[in-house]
Amino acid sequence: MAAAEATDEPPEPPPAVRALRAFQRELSARAVAGYAVARRTWRRSLQLRMVTITLLASALLVGVFGYLVVSLTTRNLMNAAERAAEEQVISGAETARTSLQTLAPSNSSLLPTQIRSQVLDPLAISPDRGQQGTVALVTPDEIAGAIAVPPPDRDVTEFITPELQAAVRKGISRQIITGELYEGEQVTYLVYGSPVPVDWQGAEVALYYFFPLTFEQETANDIRTIVLATGVMLVLLLAVVTGLVTRLVVRPVRLAARTAQRLSAGLLDQRMTVTGEDDLALLAASFNQMAANLQRQIVRLEEMSRLQRRFTSDVSHELRTPLTTVRMAADLIFNERASYPPEVARSAELLQNELDRFESLLTDLLEISRFDAGFASLDSEPTDLVPVVRQAVDRLSAICARAGCEVKLRLPDQPVIAEVDPRRVDRILRNLVENAAEHGEGRPVEVTLAANDTAAAVTVRDHGIGLRPEERKLVFNRFWRADPSRARQSGGTGLGLSISLEDARLHGGWLEAWGEPNQGSQFRLTLPLRAGDRLADSPLPLVPADANGSGPTRPELTGSGVDR
Amino acid sequence: MVDDDPALAEMLGIVLRNEGFEPVFVADGEQALTAFRDHRPDIILLDLMLPGMSGIDVCRAIRAEPSGVPIVMLTAKTDTVDVVLGLESGADDYVVKPFKPKELVARIRAQLRRGRGGETPAERLVIGPPHNQITIDVPAHTVTRNGEEVKLTPLEFDLLIALARKPRQVFTREVLLEQVWGYRHSADTRLVNVHVQRLRAKIEPDPERPEIILTVRGVGYKAGTG
Repeated sequence: MAAAEATDEPPEPPPAVRALRAFQRELSARAVAGYAVARRTWRRSLQLRMVTITLLASALLVGVFGYLVVSLTTRNLMNAAERAAEEQVISGAETARTSLQTLAPSNSSLLPTQIRSQVLDPLAISPDRGQQGTVALVTPDEIAGAIAVPPPDRDVTEFITPELQAAVRKGISRQIITGELYEGEQVTYLVYGSPVPVDWQGAEVALYYFFPLTFEQETANDIRTIVLATGVMLVLLLAVVTGLVTRLVVRPVRLAARTAQRLSAGLLDQRMTVTGEDDLALLAASFNQMAANLQRQIVRLEEMSRLQRRFTSDVSHELRTPLTTVRMAADLIFNERASYPPEVARSAELLQNELDRFESLLTDLLEISRFDAGFASLDSEPTDLVPVVRQAVDRLSAICARAGCEVKLRLPDQPVIAEVDPRRVDRILRNLVENAAEHGEGRPVEVTLAANDTAAAVTVRDHGIGLRPEERKLVFNRFWRADPSRARQSGGTGLGLSISLEDARLHGGWLEAWGEPNQGSQFRLTLPLRAGDRLADSPLPLVPADANGSGPTRPELTGSGVDR
Repeated sequence: MVDDDPALAEMLGIVLRNEGFEPVFVADGEQALTAFRDHRPDIILLDLMLPGMSGIDVCRAIRAEPSGVPIVMLTAKTDTVDVVLGLESGADDYVVKPFKPKELVARIRAQLRRGRGGETPAERLVIGPPHNQITIDVPAHTVTRNGEEVKLTPLEFDLLIALARKPRQVFTREVLLEQVWGYRHSADTRLVNVHVQRLRAKIEPDPERPEIILTVRGVGYKAGTG
């Protein structure tokens, strides 16, 4: 039972742990977000980078310099103190020796008092240096022990290390110690010891000076503080100056960037303000000059485009009206041709046919020039492509019958609703089917319509002479003919596929060609279902499944209709 | 026939007379209105680019008069803006230059056939939602909305009847082109769009939110019912 209960325990940790974990997660999420923000700011802000770099570099430099200055001055101070101390110790030891010679270590009760008054007091009273030190004479305990002036609160021997004592036996030695010689003040002392060569039955006598290093330490501290403060201020000042200078440079650059953005958005009269005569003013002036030149060019091009449009429109009207008259006159003569001699009758027929060609050529040329002038506009409306394809093919039945080819339609059962300009799609399909019929050598032409979620595609497949790979792109060139020596069959203008390509592009669609010699060719039109969408793929393959020796995809062809 | 090109006018005259019409020619827009009042033509052929007064203005002026005379525009411009502008100003149909004489005559005859169906049996059609019903008296050629008569041109009337006779059925633009304009094939669906807009402007309380003639996305139009 117990085991069962144990396993029944909820596996989740207590609330406190959970809260902690949640907090950790939150914290790490914030850290990640913060890091991302910092990274972005770092990458984006030149000012921040400049200030940071200056801050780091100057801090390093100032730090090294400050350290050198402080250590040098401190060492010099110490050296000076030591030199002065050493002199005093040497002379003090000599004085002590002469004074001690007069005293004999016999009457032991008076000896410490005598030593204090006759030896140490004169040494302590007349220090060369302006600070009060402590002087101590250390004699063997059985003679007088250690006597110090001014008398310290602790036994002075506590502060003299055995190493120093051993060293002093050989000669003048020094050591730095820190201690409370007098109650309540922790002081660092430079301790100098010197043997006093007094002739006292071999007793070792040593003289010790305790020089407080308070002055030196204070001076060193002051220097350190000053250097540190100066350094920090210098670094901060440098950072601020760098920030300001960078800002001075960055601001016009940012301003230029913003103005350039506005310019490219079409606000052609945007300019920068020029102040002064420095490099930044030069930047602004050059920028403005560039903007003015651009504006002039754009205005000129716009004017040219407007004139071109106007011209196209005028030519269109001016040509069409007389052509209408000619057309009607030719029609009248053509209808009466039975009553004329055969030559005249044939002439009437030729006139009629060539007028048809002239008319379609004029229409196509005007359409092309409208595309070139950028004046073509798309009248998209939701359209079911199934009837559009069917009608386009139906309307060409006469031409197909004349070419002796049968058109097979493969249409989906569902309607394919796409936002397209039905007149343009109809024109593309007519051009493709007409082209297929013309080059199909009388073999069947297959027209397939398919759609996926984003795009609709129509392929027109013929089994005629086909295209060589290098001709696949050329077919869309104006007035291009597959074989100039071949006689024309139908009265194509040579502009049909170029116009179709422009029509497809206007929809944001693709028009591509595939072909292999003697395997026929296939044209694929792909249109986005929603106007303005970008095409990613096509519901139908460009290379037909029945093509021999061709891979399923041909990378060099994808998107050829758009890139060209 | 309003056109400023004398050669075209003469040629049109020959063709139209051969077909049994009696054309009257006017060379500019201002004379067109006077000629219209003097001759009361059965149909007007109107060039869009005219000296003096543009074809669009002439079209509007004629539509302002109490007459439902069919107007066919002759235009050299195929851009949507121009075509739509012409149709919106009141033209019933348009022919793009250069046209074939047969095509023009067919268009003229299709427009003249309108309203000449002989004796029509008494027929009353009612469409629209209950609060906003349209009553059509077919033989009398009258349309009333909430008891008030609405003036429609014969073409608009035919379009309305075509939709109203089979409410709930969706008409594609192609079917309407064939039924109302008499096109067998290959025509411009913009004709239908513009005329539906014009019709809506006359009979709908709010043309932006139509209740009587409804658009079926991707297919066409249908008459709304209660």
